[in-house]
Formats: sequence, structure tokens, C-alpha cells
Amino acid sequence: MVGASLAGLSAARSLRQRGYDGRLVVIGDETHRPYDRPPLSKEFLAGTLREADLALERDGEELHAEWLLGTRAAGLDRTRRAIRLADGREVRADGVVVATGAAARTLPGTDGLAGVHVLRTLDDARALRDDLARGGRLVVIGGGFVGAEVASTAYALGLDVTVIEAAPTPLAGPLGQAMGAVVSALHADHGVRLLCGVGVKGLGGEHRVEAVLLEDGRSVPADTVVVGVGARPCVDWLEGSGVALDNGVRCGADGRTSLAAVVAVGDCANWYDPGTGSHRRVEHWTGALERPAAAVAALLAHGATEPGVPRPPYFWSDQYGVKIQFVGQAAGADSVTVEEGSTDDRSFLAVYRRAGRPVAVLGMNQPRLFTRARKQFGTAAS
Amino acid sequence: MIPACRLEDLPRGEAHRLDIDPPVSVFHTDDGELFAIDDTCTHQDASLADGWLEGCEVECPLHASKFDLRTGAVDAPPARLPVRTHQIVVEDGTVYVRLSTDAPNLPPCVSARLAGGAA
Repeated sequence: MVGASLAGLSAARSLRQRGYDGRLVVIGDETHRPYDRPPLSKEFLAGTLREADLALERDGEELHAEWLLGTRAAGLDRTRRAIRLADGREVRADGVVVATGAAARTLPGTDGLAGVHVLRTLDDARALRDDLARGGRLVVIGGGFVGAEVASTAYALGLDVTVIEAAPTPLAGPLGQAMGAVVSALHADHGVRLLCGVGVKGLGGEHRVEAVLLEDGRSVPADTVVVGVGARPCVDWLEGSGVALDNGVRCGADGRTSLAAVVAVGDCANWYDPGTGSHRRVEHWTGALERPAAAVAALLAHGATEPGVPRPPYFWSDQYGVKIQFVGQAAGADSVTVEEGSTDDRSFLAVYRRAGRPVAVLGMNQPRLFTRARKQFGTAAS
Repeated sequence: MIPACRLEDLPRGEAHRLDIDPPVSVFHTDDGELFAIDDTCTHQDASLADGWLEGCEVECPLHASKFDLRTGAVDAPPARLPVRTHQIVVEDGTVYVRLSTDAPNLPPCVSARLAGGAA
């Protein structure tokens, strides 16, 4: 198991549930046991969840695994059937689950400037939490979900917050233009400034960041900066290994890679989606939770299984006390209609359709209606 | 015993939430069985009555934790602690709940709020 976060843990659990009783080694580059990342931008950053609350393993849960933590995988040797570690050790394996996740993208030329953060890991979150406790002005670069959640949390902590988004509308990729505008209007509802359609030229400050410099010449004063401009799959270590790479690890519909006895799951895995006939790398928590079961089944059966139809991708976000839930794919939809509630009230259910067929559902503060819609949607899609 | 609802007002496949503290929900399964469990997911603040009822299992509407309605046990993560189960009594068409005397497993954010916001 290369990767010790949700996808790696889920794969380890699946292996044991399916009766695999051999040696199980889990390699993780972070020093921590598996922990839950979604709260890092929300409850953990706000201080309402402690580190112990983030643990993903149950008390007394025993996977009989050997945990090699704080060490990075450096290569996969197909002939020796071994994982090479950055510290020089080698782990031989009959089967490999690649679950190395994704890493936060950074802004070039910002290394070494204090007060500049990304948010991906527990260590990132600790550092950001300490800086937010200083108060003052926070500038978030990137109006995606991580950026919006950090903005929301920092607003609740009393900071003066500005969000800068290069695209004309934040969240247009995952939610489409219309609903991206609705959801990102939450910032203005709470007095958080949102600057759209303008790129970032650089950061100002000698030792500590003092401002974010925009391409239109403006300068936005900042005491703390969060860079939330997406993530790239951590698959560099597989270059030249024979595992085909293409926006992460290129996989079949059950996580199988181009190499026998190697499967990939989670944020680093670009799975084939039979529904659309194309590959899609899904960076969702629920995918990391649910898909390893299929990948492990394929691994144990040496590829002799028929992949089942995965549940449509689902994610949620919490911003300014509003619950946002989404299932399906907005890309390719030709219409979106509000079917319950109203966008003005920030409480509604919207259905995305392509040629009259539902392809996605967005809910805002409507968990009950959303669950029903999601259930119907899942049934209709399978 | 707390009266929850009329049985005829709770169709199969539906749940009824009692707004007591902490809230409790009564589930009427597709097979016609009645179960009562704590309504709040033990992972984070979410109402299981809003969740996805299938067989004797309810899936949290937010993060897909699953709980066995018969035992309260966690069937699927991220939840790590079970919900309490409560006894159901049906008399003269009314559903009553006899509350468990065990301590509830409330999620950390809710526990913090009940403790006066000290987190």
C-alpha cells in the first residue's frame, strides 16, 4: 500500500475484509496515521476539532499492517517487484496499491516567504491555524472549494478576508457558470471581498508577505496568504516504472493499471468512467472511500472480475454555515434548473440535465431533499 | 416513554425526528420494522433522519457513514462510534420511544457546543 491516507486505509480494510491474510505494508510520506482531511479547512482550522478527532482508524481497529510512515516511495521496480523508498530501503510486494494522492500546487517564487500557506496536510493546517490566530488580513488566492472554505473559516475567526480568483466565475468547473456564481455569492453575503477575472503577478514582502500583487497593477495588503490553486497527482515516483501515467495513474474502471498486480486509487488515480467513455481523475473524499473496494477485488482476483458501476461522484462543502452538496458531473450539462427552494434564500435543489437526462444535482442547505435526489440519481444512473 | 408519532403518519421508508436533546429518530423500514436511534451522526453534526434508509441500515446524508438500526453499530466509516439505540413500543397506533440510559456518542463539535462552546 503506497499511501497512508483515506484511499490507502480503505484499500487495507478491503483487503482484510476479503480475507487477505498475508503481509500488509503501508508506506506513507507523512508521519501521521491516517487522518481525515476535509475538516482541515473547516472545523480543525476553526479550533472545534482536535487532532485526535481527525483519526480515521477506529479505537481497537487492527489491520495487522506494518506502517512505514514518514518515508516516501521513490520508485517501483517491476522486475524485482519492489518499492524503493527515498531512505534507501526496499519493500518487496506481490501486489501494489498506489494511493499516493495529490499535492497542493504552489505559486512559483514564493518559497521562503513567511505567512504564505497551502492547505493539504495536517502540518499545513497547523501552520495556517497559528498564522490565522494573529488576526489581520487574509488573502486567499483561488476561489475553489479549499479557498472558499478557508475564507469562510477565517471570516468566522474575525479576519478581514479577500478572495482572488483568476477565472471570471469561481467554481465554474465543478458547478458550471450559473451555480458557481450562486455559491460564490456567499462571500459577498458575509462581507468577504471576491475579486474575479484577475491573475496574481506575485507577492510583496521581504521576509514575511505584505501584499498580493495583481496583474492589473493592484496590490492587496495581506498579513497571511493561502494559495488554493488546486492539486497535482503525486506520481513522479512512478516515472519509468512501466505504470502508464496520464493526469495521474491511468486506470481501468476498476483501478487496474497498465502493470499486472498494480492498482491505483484515490486522488492520484485517473479511472476510466464507463458512463462517459472517458478517463476522469476524481479528487473526492467519497471516491477515496468507496473505490478501493473495487480495486482490491481486481487485485485479489488478478483482474478476473467484472467492474461494477461505481456510485456517481459525490462531494460536499461547508461555507459560512451553508451546507453544499453535489453529485454527478456538471461538465456537459446543457441546462440547470432550480427545482426546490430558491437561490436567493441559499436553500435549494438544482438539477443539471443533458438532453433532458439528469447528470448532476446540487443542494444548498437541503440535506434531506438532496439525499432523496442522490438516491434516485444513483438508481437512474446505474 | 415519549410519544413519537402516530404509526399511520410514518410510512415505510420514512423517518421521524423527535426534537428532544439530543434528538432521536424513529425509522420505519421498507420491511415494516420500527427502530429508534440517536438522530445525530457520531462523526459530525448531521441528522440521520435526513439520511438514506436501506434495509436495516441508515447512511448519513453528509459523509456516508452507515449505522445498523438494530444495534447502532458503525457499518461504514468515517464514523468511529456507534449511535445509541432506543426501545420502541407501539400502543393503540401510537409509536413510543423508551430512551436508553447510556451516555450518547455525540460528535466533537456538538459536544463542544453543549459544553458551552469550550473546544
